[in-house]
Amino acid sequence: MTITKAAPPPVDRGDADDRQGARGWQFNSPLVLTMVLLLVVAAQGPVRQALSAPVMQSWMTVFVAVVVQALPFLVLGVLLSAVIAVFVPPTFFARALPKRPALAVPVAGMAGAVLPGCECASVPVAGALVRRGVTPAAALAFLLSAPAINPIVLTATAVAFPNDPRMVVARFVASLLVACAMGWLWQRLGRTDWLRPPSRPAHEGLGKGAAFWGSVRHDVMHAGGFLVVGAMAAATLKAVVPASWLQAAAGNPVVSVLALAVLAVLLSICSEADAFVVASLSQFSLTARLAFLVVGPMIDLKLFAMQVGTFGRGFALRFAPATFALAITVSVLVGTVLL
Amino acid sequence: MNRQAQAAVLFLVGAAVLHAGATDLYLRYVKAGLRPMLLGAGVVLIAAAVATVWYEMRGRGAPWRKGARAAHGAGYVHEAGHAESGQERAAADADRDGSRHGRTAADADGGGSRHERTAIDADADGHGHGNGNGQTAQDSNGHADGHGHSHREPLVSWLLVLPLLALILVAPPALGSYSALRTGTALQKPLAYPPLGHRDPLPMSLVDYAGRAAYDHGRSLTGRHIRITGFVALDHAGTPYLVRMALNCCAADAQPVKIGLTGRIPPVLRPDGWLEVTGTYTGRRSKDPVNGGVIPFLDVSSAKPVQSPRDPYDESWNN
Repeated sequence: MTITKAAPPPVDRGDADDRQGARGWQFNSPLVLTMVLLLVVAAQGPVRQALSAPVMQSWMTVFVAVVVQALPFLVLGVLLSAVIAVFVPPTFFARALPKRPALAVPVAGMAGAVLPGCECASVPVAGALVRRGVTPAAALAFLLSAPAINPIVLTATAVAFPNDPRMVVARFVASLLVACAMGWLWQRLGRTDWLRPPSRPAHEGLGKGAAFWGSVRHDVMHAGGFLVVGAMAAATLKAVVPASWLQAAAGNPVVSVLALAVLAVLLSICSEADAFVVASLSQFSLTARLAFLVVGPMIDLKLFAMQVGTFGRGFALRFAPATFALAITVSVLVGTVLL
Repeated sequence: MNRQAQAAVLFLVGAAVLHAGATDLYLRYVKAGLRPMLLGAGVVLIAAAVATVWYEMRGRGAPWRKGARAAHGAGYVHEAGHAESGQERAAADADRDGSRHGRTAADADGGGSRHERTAIDADADGHGHGNGNGQTAQDSNGHADGHGHSHREPLVSWLLVLPLLALILVAPPALGSYSALRTGTALQKPLAYPPLGHRDPLPMSLVDYAGRAAYDHGRSLTGRHIRITGFVALDHAGTPYLVRMALNCCAADAQPVKIGLTGRIPPVLRPDGWLEVTGTYTGRRSKDPVNGGVIPFLDVSSAKPVQSPRDPYDESWNN
């Protein structure tokens, strides 16, 4: 939906590539790939010229930066996901998690604390958990909590808010609460047919090595493509929308919370860095900044695109707005009590 | 996108990441500490590409030997089967192997078989919708285009080519004056003011100087000659600033720290050009028009253009 509209010039280019790809299917894709690469290399002079405007350069820099920053974490998540899919037997999770889903949700939420990294890693891992028979409610709690409550992110938060150590506690509590609440909500209301069972090669009859690398290739191609979509959106926001718009929002307590929550979705900053960014927005209240820190790792443009790719559009369209609303509510409550 | 193209994209992305990590290119986009992870990711991506090709050659032994056309047909049917039920590696299955050869032969007949093929695809589609399984946005885009295909690994994966081209061909520069002027100064009150060295002129980081000048009233700076490196930004009124972008994670979260220049400024200043200025503390300061942050000034006595530093960003906040 909005993602594809948010970045007109680049997405157009992407579409052109896509269309070529689809039409060229009769020829076959390696040929198309070679032709695209040759064409761009041959036309690189005009291409560079077109990209030399400051706004385009800034856009490209942020775009490349988001991709380069996220790729190692994506690869880490993809490797973990492949390990879970191939080497960890399904019975392990059945034993490790409580039988009752209502109890499995908080356990899985707490387990998020051990996945070091940002949100790009958690999407493929959560996908692998669902495939391995973990109840979706628990896997979703893990998906939401892992990027927000792991030690690296909490340390970064403490460093970014040296004068407000309670911010770390508030972030931990609010994120865990939202993750568990979403897990329970899914268990209550969720329908399995919303969740596209992540389309996945069946590994039967294959060696472990083939299955492992098949899983890695599949996840990188999928999540990587959607990561690029999210990076385009974030770059567009950063390069085109003036920062002064934020100033207007800071005065009103209600508007300021909503503004920072929306900003967290649009900016799609890595959860390891978001605390530093929001710490500098000192004209906003601590509660508004807490909303930024809770919403950002759970739902942003990049994550939404990746969730569409991993779990299907029907799922992401329902899950994302619910997460967004719940994250804001819980942040305001926790902020009122703790900050 | 079929397996071979995927392997090629994986390999190229991996090589681009390795290239960026092995040279200083990556410092334009991310913090220095990410280097080991970047190199690791590059190696894993290349390994995945090699493994894909390796298993492809082994798994498809028979069709490969029957020539290019058979291999192509196999690839096609294979993707369709994948879209239909998520099954893969039909190659390992002897029965399906047989049927595929039959279909490949039909392919050779020409147009008629293409209809059959589209029918298979349409079937796969209906299947997907009937289950209420969400399809990806890119899939539905494909339908809007009227192509009527349903590939699983397909359209959106092609986007991976974009960062690849951007990184290899364009290699966009580190953020400069354009971003610096659009964003308010991110200067924060330093936690402490450690004693300065005794060299003269004293090399200082721009962020350190700005922090002391704005929040310590320049107490530790009076009477010292200070040398600072940063890039030039000129606002609408032509006021020259020396700027350093401060980085926490990647260029998406980079924020400028600005100091104003006064005194003997060189007559011609090129925005984005790097300058090494020597000067003294001055009490003058102004407000950033974007966010109202403090911009301290430096009284310049001499300035000379320099090469941009190895790491264009200030990462001191990160540690």
